[in-house]
Amino acid sequence: MGRGRPRATRVLLYAVLAFFAAFYLMPVYVLVNNGLKSFREVSLSRMWAPPEQATLEGFGKALRELAPNLRNSVVLVVPAALVSAALGSVNGYVLAKWKFAGADIVFPLLLFGMFIPYQSVLIPLVQFLQWLGGLLPVPLYGSITGLVLVHVVYGIPITTLIFRNYYATVPTEIVEAARIDGAGLVGVYRNVILPLSMPAFVVVMIWQVTQIWNEFLFAVIVTSNPAQQPVQVALRNLAGSQIVEWNVQMAGALLAALPPLLVYVFLGRYFLRGLMAGALKG
Amino acid sequence: MRIRRDRALSALILLPSVVAVGVFVYGFIGWTVYVAMSNWNSFVPDLSFAGLRNFADLFQTPRFQIDLGNTLAFTLTFLAGCLGIGLLLAVLLDRQIRGEAFFRNAFLFPMSISFIVGGTVWQWLLNPSTGVNLLLESAGLGVLKSPWYTEPRIAIYAVVIAALWQMSGFTMAMYLAGLRGISDELREAARVDGASDLQLYRHVIIPLLHPITLSAAIVLGHISLKIFDLVFAMTGSGPAFSTDVPGIFMFETTFRGNRFAEGAAISIIMLVMVAVVIIPYLIYSTRTEAEA
Repeated sequence: MGRGRPRATRVLLYAVLAFFAAFYLMPVYVLVNNGLKSFREVSLSRMWAPPEQATLEGFGKALRELAPNLRNSVVLVVPAALVSAALGSVNGYVLAKWKFAGADIVFPLLLFGMFIPYQSVLIPLVQFLQWLGGLLPVPLYGSITGLVLVHVVYGIPITTLIFRNYYATVPTEIVEAARIDGAGLVGVYRNVILPLSMPAFVVVMIWQVTQIWNEFLFAVIVTSNPAQQPVQVALRNLAGSQIVEWNVQMAGALLAALPPLLVYVFLGRYFLRGLMAGALKG
Repeated sequence: MRIRRDRALSALILLPSVVAVGVFVYGFIGWTVYVAMSNWNSFVPDLSFAGLRNFADLFQTPRFQIDLGNTLAFTLTFLAGCLGIGLLLAVLLDRQIRGEAFFRNAFLFPMSISFIVGGTVWQWLLNPSTGVNLLLESAGLGVLKSPWYTEPRIAIYAVVIAALWQMSGFTMAMYLAGLRGISDELREAARVDGASDLQLYRHVIIPLLHPITLSAAIVLGHISLKIFDLVFAMTGSGPAFSTDVPGIFMFETTFRGNRFAEGAAISIIMLVMVAVVIIPYLIYSTRTEAEA
């Protein structure tokens, strides 16, 4: 560039970036480093020192402790993400391509649901789940089934938003052409829209899977029985306990973070799109 | 004929979601308002009308006053931190950096990790007898050692550090997307006009990023007004309620103390705070979209 002091600025630039990278990666180092230590070796004063003898003992113990809860989280996340994605897809299609009177009012009213502090619905939610569960053969309050229902409903706004914005980019001419060929609302969806929907489904599934996996407030309120609790609640119990060795706590925290972390590592591009959609930018 | 059928069908498809959200969001909020104006402050439901007494009592409660102060301090520092760090990192990353993908991912991955995990790690990292203090000491920066969240006057800012770790990547990503959308011609034009890099950013680029700043501030602001998990996992209420926030107060009042009406009142105040930020933004976003 022929500027005066490009060299020094470049060095400074990389130094600042490296400093921040170290800051963001520091917690991961601490989790891995101390998770790999034995109970005898783990100590507050040597948090940063690498293990003299790395062992999987901490991870083994954390896995035994958290295995039922990891399983609960999987049983929760898969159906909740799938159903909320399916609902979002059909809703988004109708809102993007079949604008009806009142759609401009319904849509923002739906969207508001993703911003509310969920504390403001918790008390009726518990009462409602107790009541509805009483009418059904399966209990809803205190069960993963109930939690699936909760995540499906409160997932509708964001999934609808992502699909609607995605379908808005599908040229209306394609839809018109299919209609001239005689396809109705369902036909257009099945033959035109659905085959184009894969990218949006990937974004929505990734977003919902990480959000529901990470969610804590609904989980701790709806499932009070430890056997039914998802992994974030179990981790909180593990980490808040005085008797559990902290190498196990570190290992447990890493286990609870691992699925979303893997999603991020392998599918980060799609994760980012979900993130941007949350800011209402398509 | 067909069109009329399709129109009915489109309403039918939306119906389950509209009903579900109608009940779970609007119906439940209505019921929470009703509970908040009742006398249900024990394990036995008592829905007799109490008017605004629970609200009035709350604003007289020292703990709630502390909570509002904490929320304000947390929100302001968290917002300033996220916007400042996010802009700095995005601007740096936009300067043809080798290893850009590595840095970008290093800054952004904490967004994918739960607040519970984040809170758990930062509880250790900012524990005064280990973590960051050990690092500072071995780097010869012992003067910077801090009691972090154990000192009531600064405890809430220790939580802000954890929150910045988790969320500042979000602003970085938004600003970076914005910067990538600014054409090279515009930068060149400014340079030809004799603008220095600093002037280019101050007078051309940052003003162009204002809409992003607004979106990011609203998304992050509403998150910080309702923050719960991170604080709950990291410090809880903290010494002398120094890290207490309305979310934690509501949780304990309602589900530990069985004071349902009071808990409902706290949650409605949280809702109002969030609504004041979000509703104008929702109207603005859906309007500008309709015009576009």
